[in-house]
Amino acid sequence: MTTREFKIGDVHEEVLVEDLTRTQLVMYSGASGDYNPIHTDELYTREAAGYPGVFAHGMLTMGMTGRAITNLVGAENVRRFGVRFTSQVWPGDTLTAATRVDAVREEGGERLVDFSVTTTNQNGETVLTGTATAIAAG
Amino acid sequence: MSESKKVTFPVEASHIMMFARAIGDTNPAYHDAEAAKMTTAGGIVAPPTFAQAVAQFAPEHPTRPKPGEKWFGSGATPSGIDGDPPASGGLHAEQHFEYRRPLRPGDVLTATYRDGESWEKQSRRAGRLEFTERFVDYHDPDGELVCRARSVTVTTERPVDQG
Repeated sequence: MTTREFKIGDVHEEVLVEDLTRTQLVMYSGASGDYNPIHTDELYTREAAGYPGVFAHGMLTMGMTGRAITNLVGAENVRRFGVRFTSQVWPGDTLTAATRVDAVREEGGERLVDFSVTTTNQNGETVLTGTATAIAAG
Repeated sequence: MSESKKVTFPVEASHIMMFARAIGDTNPAYHDAEAAKMTTAGGIVAPPTFAQAVAQFAPEHPTRPKPGEKWFGSGATPSGIDGDPPASGGLHAEQHFEYRRPLRPGDVLTATYRDGESWEKQSRRAGRLEFTERFVDYHDPDGELVCRARSVTVTTERPVDQG
């Protein structure tokens, strides 16, 4: 077990995915149970739904972003995680999450860390913003 | 959208493994029972967003094809139905989770669905936006709240190619 020191203002960047594939969208549909064809079916998405092509589940972007948090705090220590989806994520995108320590505090005998997180694509567009709270191990 | 008010959600190790693969996360805490014992998790746990996979167990989940029913995705034609897709749920605008503890294999949770607020906004790009808030509470067999999820979905008047 490791104890990590968290300091307010600490920023951590993590590449979540490079060149996101349509196959990964298929994998996420199968695992999550969200088979909406706008994520996997180009013909439907272009010709019936009117989008330029299939795009990622918001929950896939959130799930990948979660890794940037769990890699810092441990998968079992997340107590709160919330996001807004600000832009769509497309096949071919490369996503990077930046987490920042906003606060370190005590509550109910536990040492908690508050993070803010922003996920951006290869063009610098923000696709997700969020916050998380975790128990600081140790 | 019609969905059962309560759904039983058995949390299984193979499902967690597939979910972790789908989000590209190789953390051994998600797939390797022996290695997971050596991590701070002390055994296999689910990734934080795994609670959403309860959709697999919702009998009437609107974005899962069902045998004998027409599906709005493509087959011989771009869509298997005429007109708007039924209850496609719109686009996901926000998602929030609160956890008392991580989900672990062997958990048998009861997910209880509850509608929240709904509201409208006008957008120059996408026309009228209709927002719908929804809560899902996940309880263990002792009635302890394990996780609470809050989602906001948005239905747009016109498709938008971003945000």
